[in-house]
Amino acid sequence: MTNELDYLKKRAGQGKLSRREFIGKTGALGVSAAAAGTMFATAVHAEGPKKGGVFKLGSIGGESTNSLDPATWASQMPYHIGRQFADPLVEVAADGSIESRLAESVESTPDAKTWMFTLRKDVEFHNGKTMTGDDVLKTMERHSNEESKSGALGIMKGIESMKVDGDVFSVTLKDANADLPYLMADYHLMIQPNGGMDAPDAGVGTGPYKVDVNEPGVRAAFSKFENYWGDDAHYDGVEIIAINDSTARTAALQSGQVHAINRVEPKVAGLLGRAPNINVNSTPGRGHYVFIMHTDTAPFDNNELRLALKYAMNRTEMVDKILRGYGSVGNDMPINAAYPLFDASIEQREFDLAKAAEHYKKSGHDGSPIILRTADGAFPGAVDASALFQQTAAQAGIPLEIKREPNDGYWSEVWNKQPFCCSYWGGRPVQDQMYATAYLSTADWNDTKFKNEDFDKMLFAARAELDPAKRKAIYSDMGKLVRNEGGLICPMFNDFIDGVSTDIAGWETDPSGELMSGQITRKTWFA
Amino acid sequence: MHPIIKLVAQRLALGILLLFAASAMIFGLTEALPGDAAQAVLGQAATPESLANLREEMGLNEPAITRYFDWLGGIMTGDLGTSIVNRLDIGESVGKRLGNTLFLAFWAAVVSVPLAIFLGLLAVRYRDRWPDKLISAVTLTTISIPEFLIGYVLVYFIAVKLGWGSALAMVNDSMSLGQKLNAIALPVLVLTLVVLAHMMRMTRAAILNVMQSPYIETAELKGLSTFNVIAKHAFPNAVSPIVNVVMLNLAYLVVGVVVVEVVFVYPGMGQFLVDAVTKRDVPVVLACGVIFAAIYIGLNMMADIISILANPRLRHPK
Repeated sequence: MTNELDYLKKRAGQGKLSRREFIGKTGALGVSAAAAGTMFATAVHAEGPKKGGVFKLGSIGGESTNSLDPATWASQMPYHIGRQFADPLVEVAADGSIESRLAESVESTPDAKTWMFTLRKDVEFHNGKTMTGDDVLKTMERHSNEESKSGALGIMKGIESMKVDGDVFSVTLKDANADLPYLMADYHLMIQPNGGMDAPDAGVGTGPYKVDVNEPGVRAAFSKFENYWGDDAHYDGVEIIAINDSTARTAALQSGQVHAINRVEPKVAGLLGRAPNINVNSTPGRGHYVFIMHTDTAPFDNNELRLALKYAMNRTEMVDKILRGYGSVGNDMPINAAYPLFDASIEQREFDLAKAAEHYKKSGHDGSPIILRTADGAFPGAVDASALFQQTAAQAGIPLEIKREPNDGYWSEVWNKQPFCCSYWGGRPVQDQMYATAYLSTADWNDTKFKNEDFDKMLFAARAELDPAKRKAIYSDMGKLVRNEGGLICPMFNDFIDGVSTDIAGWETDPSGELMSGQITRKTWFA
Repeated sequence: MHPIIKLVAQRLALGILLLFAASAMIFGLTEALPGDAAQAVLGQAATPESLANLREEMGLNEPAITRYFDWLGGIMTGDLGTSIVNRLDIGESVGKRLGNTLFLAFWAAVVSVPLAIFLGLLAVRYRDRWPDKLISAVTLTTISIPEFLIGYVLVYFIAVKLGWGSALAMVNDSMSLGQKLNAIALPVLVLTLVVLAHMMRMTRAAILNVMQSPYIETAELKGLSTFNVIAKHAFPNAVSPIVNVVMLNLAYLVVGVVVVEVVFVYPGMGQFLVDAVTKRDVPVVLACGVIFAAIYIGLNMMADIISILANPRLRHPK
């Protein structure tokens, strides 16, 4: 039997057997379907990548207003388009380490203030030009100069000066930052010829696939760039189709019109996974759904009331009902186990009505309804989550009033403006960046108005600290501070749920983002 | 001047006036929406600095009136302007989308209009008997079900389960006509089911109304066959209300199919307009709005003119 099994495995590896045939044939040898499925995947993986084929991706977040200018990217479709035609200096690998892209190596001075990126040689842009240090410098300048409207502007602020010396691009920071390479992995910071100063939306980069067709909000088609510098990227071409409607996305995957989709709805994920030709891959990530209170606005300026609301949140119910189990409970801090240097020993906050009532009483709130603003667009299921929260809060005697806002204009009129509302965070690759983005006193996106001097000091101390053990201890204290005094109620961390056809081999779990952090077209192949 | 030419000229002038009013209203309403293009583009990622930079670049610091008249000046010279969000030429991107919308609407009309009128005639012929009741029951059922549900049901059974049609109605220039028709088969079917009842019922009602007239009785007494009576004597006199409802439905097929476009991921005008509104891309919203208004006004005008031409009393006013 072993011989036959080996034979079948070999055939599968060579792509001569489909998954279904393989399961059928091994089934005849007495292998269970589940075991056979795993065997098939391993066999295919072991045989190594195969070249060829056009990979089709159905993505949410396609709008006719999208542009190829990396500075403007904010939704999923441009994110994936960028991953095809362009490269950043470095990438965050699946295990959380730094993976080299256009920078061959990264080094820093011992004080972590100056960082040197040694650039890869003989990298060619799609327009035939060879990449130089000047292109890198100009790119970074375009994302950080005064006229910049880049989505990466926030993370470029800490840079004091940049220069190029031959093949070395170096960045000097105002304050030490041990995590700078992670910031440089931001998906906006795609290296463009002359930094994209001449034609920001030309769609020219150094990526594995070059842009053939770009119809914003409809589709984008790519073909393999013959002079691509890397040895991955196994497809002949890629097509990304904008499918914003989740049912349509699911149907397209089921009928085989696309090979992968992002954002599978939690409520259909279980059913979809049962289809024979589809894998539903759930990846625990750093993204979280939140209820945010402005700690500087009454009644939320009272920490007793904040604690009362935190204890009145039934986290397990949220994960079960809103995420349908595709996620994990949060602990009122924006950090979870997906982050490097996470302290797992911090006590988990439980649903505790008695404590909620006690803190509520201590807060001396006058009993007037507390207004919670929500919208469907705040996060998937935000309106239902608000209703659940309202009920558990009512059990503790806390009157919540839900005010439903339109999706349209939610981010400009409600979020970061109203004192109590629903929102989400996509997470950041490292703790420093997450805290610096939203919990530092001076951060633009400090959406809880959390202003704590000790916290700020710890943040800067951790940045300059190169000893991981000490950094971990500082981050642990910061987490506790946010958890106990912050304005963040974080009931859940959501998984990325992707639907992928079983024709695709080479999938690996990557917590940095959906669809293998956008690397699916580079790292997978047709089985 | 011939009264008909005069009438058409009057209608045209009125239509253009209406278009101006519509464009002013659309502009005013998009201005009244909360937030502006800069905020919509940057979304949650906005910082005061990047907002200010983007506003400057988009020209949003100009007063609203100036921007409206700039746009109006452009459109007079046939220039729809450029999108303030992705800086693409609007004429070009709208043209493509409009072409797609008209393509879908055309084929939906080709299928649904003759079918509706034929079914209407058939219903009159077998009035109150089972064919009439069956036609009414089926068409009224399909019009009562929301179109997205019909769409999803058809996608599930026809595209996913049977694998016959295509779940995505993606069309692009590199496809042949046959491939395109195959791609849009399901949306055409959905649209047909949605508009069928309205036109069919109106045809039936209008003809039945005429059927009460004494001259129909005469025709029947002459011994003409029922179908001949309906087709030759009743139908021409019932054209005016039928044309009206057909035109209304044609207008719907062009301007009202956003939901169907979303379900089938069809790259038409509806989705384009929704995106532009979400991003507060005022020039694009205006362009789409004016095109929609023009189509609506144009089709209604055509309905009026056809019903006048079809009616001898209106054709030769005393």
